[in-house]
Amino acid sequence: MLLIDLCIQGLIQGAIYALIALGLTLVYGLLRILHVAHAALFTLGGYVGVVVTNGSGSFLLALLTAMLIVGCVGMASYRVIYKPLLMRPPLIALIASIGVFIASEELFRLVFGAYGLSYTNPPLKGQVEILPGISLSHARILVVVLAVGLLSGMGWLAVHTRIGIAARATVVDPAMAASSGVNVETIRYASFFIGSAFAGAAGVMVSLLNNLVEPTMGAVPSYKALAIIVLGGLGSVRGALVASLALGVIEAFGTIYVGHILDRDSIAFAFLIMILMVRPQGLLARG
Amino acid sequence: MAYEIVVLTNMAISILFALSLNVITGFCGQVSLGHAAFLGIGAYTSAILSKAGVPLVVTFIPAMGMAALVGLVVGVASLRVRHDFLAITTMGVVFLFTGIVRKQDILGGEIGIAGIPAPEFGRIGLLVTALLCVLAYLLFVIRIRKSWAGFAFDSIAEDEDTARLLGIHVPRFKLFAFLVGTAGAGLAGALYAHQIRFIGPDSFGFVESISVLAMVIIGGIGSIWGVILSAALLSALPQFFQIIDDFKLLVYGLLLFGAMRFAPDGIDGLLKRLFRRAGGTR
Repeated sequence: MLLIDLCIQGLIQGAIYALIALGLTLVYGLLRILHVAHAALFTLGGYVGVVVTNGSGSFLLALLTAMLIVGCVGMASYRVIYKPLLMRPPLIALIASIGVFIASEELFRLVFGAYGLSYTNPPLKGQVEILPGISLSHARILVVVLAVGLLSGMGWLAVHTRIGIAARATVVDPAMAASSGVNVETIRYASFFIGSAFAGAAGVMVSLLNNLVEPTMGAVPSYKALAIIVLGGLGSVRGALVASLALGVIEAFGTIYVGHILDRDSIAFAFLIMILMVRPQGLLARG
Repeated sequence: MAYEIVVLTNMAISILFALSLNVITGFCGQVSLGHAAFLGIGAYTSAILSKAGVPLVVTFIPAMGMAALVGLVVGVASLRVRHDFLAITTMGVVFLFTGIVRKQDILGGEIGIAGIPAPEFGRIGLLVTALLCVLAYLLFVIRIRKSWAGFAFDSIAEDEDTARLLGIHVPRFKLFAFLVGTAGAGLAGALYAHQIRFIGPDSFGFVESISVLAMVIIGGIGSIWGVILSAALLSALPQFFQIIDDFKLLVYGLLLFGAMRFAPDGIDGLLKRLFRRAGGTR
């Protein structure tokens, strides 16, 4: 029973990781930049979710507002942080991104207070028994539904729409795509919007699961998500998804079985380093 | 006067720490997001030994040795992964380090190690020792820079594949860079432990690794004098920020961003541009 329970907990955590990591891997695929400030967008999503839910009483409205606002802020982050640094070595953009992330954590603390916010009346509290003896809250089920829905929607877009095809072409060869009439800038803005909106959705869901948003809630996911996209093979969307789920499950088992010698975060990174020593290009790297 | 001595000692330790990362990231071009782990290894080794009664100066050697030993292992890993993969692997190293320390009772666990004996030669003595360490390491680093190894590092940082093509034994020089760099961090750690006299897992985390990388980059990657200047400035910065304590990290974050946005080649690049302009008008 414990085994199944751990698997389910791991997969739910993995679904959250996947929503966060998707934006990172999109950005990496397009710009070859490790987008640390992505985690600030995740935190922002959590705050918008709590504030709008408490204000309007509608969780759905909060989720949609969070995705919209965070998506727009994501596009702004491309314009302000990365666009001026594209010609520089990637390390420069990485440090700039870390700077913005540190500053935004402080900004959240100054605006919303150091102790965090919670839902006055947490929605989706009910429990459902999905297997005999294992029940999940509605919120956890929504996490899975949302992750599957958003990610498969994105997958459909990438295969069946002009902009999706153009985006994939830009990842493979930006110059060639541009000369075939793809507006590379549009693709970049669109990718930042989608990736950030997904991170915003993940932020709302995590704030609901913990019933708390605090200024530092982005820190751990941001490092984990970096590990995930590296693990999956940088820039590979499918690899990031596989790595997210794998990491979620491994953490769930790891905290039970090796928790006395390693804490949760170091389990993730121990796994990362082990895999990289065997496959330095990540699990599912593109050729 | 005691306060100034503390500030100066911190400054010297930061300079040593930044110089040591400069060997790995600046000279040899290997990005490390986990350099604080080696500061930690040095600090823990030195703290435990000195609590057991070993004189401070003697603990320097095992502190450097332990850090360099682990550094060598990470160096071997760096032969396997490159660029962004290496950056994230080294980031993993610092999380592994703090994760392991947190769970070991011998290392003080979450609480850390308190009551590290004061250095036998007092505060001023510690400052002098720190300055001597910085000077020795600085001379060593300048010597490397001017030697054949410095040239090999440059070529590896510029283009690893071409360096290999030129017949440079890339793995050997990478390992050498990690050895020298992490040993320096271990030495800085030993000094740090006896300066603060309390160490815990939170003193050697990812944020500290980023701060030291920021010192190197703001100084100008690979520039010895730029890095010394920026390490001195950035380590003294929190003292000036006392008045705006509430906004300290906000200012620090924006400063990092601003430096990258407007002066990506660091203090070194700024000064060079300034001199070139001055030279041009002559």
